[in-house]
Amino acid sequence: MALVKPYADVPGTTVFDADMARRGYHLNQFCMSLMKAENRQRFKANERAYLDEWPMSTEQKEAVLARDYNRMIAAGGNIYFLAKLFSTDGQSFEYAAASMTGLSREDYRNMMLSGGRSPEGNRYKGERKGG
Amino acid sequence: MARITAGVTTSHVPAIGAAIDLGKTGEDYWKPLFAGYEFSKKWMKRQKPDVILLVYNDHACAFDMKIIPTFAIGCAEEFQPSDEGWGPRPVPVVRGYPELGWHIAQSVIQDDFDLTIINEMTVDHGLTVPLSLMFGQVGEWPCRVIPFAVNVVVYPPPSGQRCYNLGKSIRKAIQSFDRDLNVQVWGTGGMSHQLQGARAGLINREFDQRFLDRLRNDAEGLAKMPHIDYVREAGSEGIELVMWLIMRGALNPDAKEVHRFYHVPASNTAVGHVIYENSD
Ligand SMILES: [Fe+2]
Repeated sequence: MALVKPYADVPGTTVFDADMARRGYHLNQFCMSLMKAENRQRFKANERAYLDEWPMSTEQKEAVLARDYNRMIAAGGNIYFLAKLFSTDGQSFEYAAASMTGLSREDYRNMMLSGGRSPEGNRYKGERKGG
Repeated sequence: MARITAGVTTSHVPAIGAAIDLGKTGEDYWKPLFAGYEFSKKWMKRQKPDVILLVYNDHACAFDMKIIPTFAIGCAEEFQPSDEGWGPRPVPVVRGYPELGWHIAQSVIQDDFDLTIINEMTVDHGLTVPLSLMFGQVGEWPCRVIPFAVNVVVYPPPSGQRCYNLGKSIRKAIQSFDRDLNVQVWGTGGMSHQLQGARAGLINREFDQRFLDRLRNDAEGLAKMPHIDYVREAGSEGIELVMWLIMRGALNPDAKEVHRFYHVPASNTAVGHVIYENSD
């Protein structure tokens, strides 16, 4: 029997479940390696060469090089692991989250300051987009 | 015997830690947030707990994808702050309480909760930000801390019911520890937030308020809420809230709420904070 995924109909959301965890294993472990200062340095010096030390898919490597967080998440990345990557870049969770919504940083920050994204229209896929 | 005197819940947003560490707490953006903890810091000074059992989640720091324990109790003498990618937070080392940690492990494992025992690990913002919020910037944390890590990163986390029942078992374990100790149990994380995808930035004030009310008045019912409700209503990362139910289970059902604070936003997150005192 397949895994039951009651969250599959939540829009704009990838739950880090068994399937995603398997798909993203090496991508996430690569991110973990950036918790060491010397690895951060080596990565910054030559990103491509550092990535090639990991058995990651081409799609995963390209998503990392492009800093496309939606693509990384689709390829099995988890935000708390990816945090090591944007922290290496000197960026915050707010920056990374904004980059995934298609909003500018400023618009995202303003949305948060005015109470955040409303759940209205954002609970089920196919609902008319609100907030 | 050891007594559980109080419970605390608070969000543990990393940006709050950064604001404290970089001296930004007086900025307009952060002022209202830190104002909500002024009462709490004074309250902490009066309470003087000997030890805090601090329920939190590791955010891919102590645990990576190699080993994913659902419940892990830290039994080491001390825990260093993690380097989360920008160097460790400049906060004191966390001093543990191995004797009580092992006592809790032995007791709740025999009560059917299979904990993982951790003798070496670092602790990330999930644990150190609540300490900073409640104690401020100090040279040394004024009490011992037993880190209690819950997996809420890889789906599925433990159910709310499981967390609530575990809290009750932890209560029995602490109360059977043969030493006169003032113990607090904290539950951290949440409230509504989503850090990924097109729905990032989701905040559900109504859900959060109801959660705070039910945590006080209807914890038994709240414990039955399924995961999907957390994900849909409070965001993919809002599911951290199950950890608050461990704290609630460890407190008396009639524990008194002495402080409540709610604020949006801290970075991407709705911040919730409650203090309960046990009546006896
Ligand atoms: Fe967290």
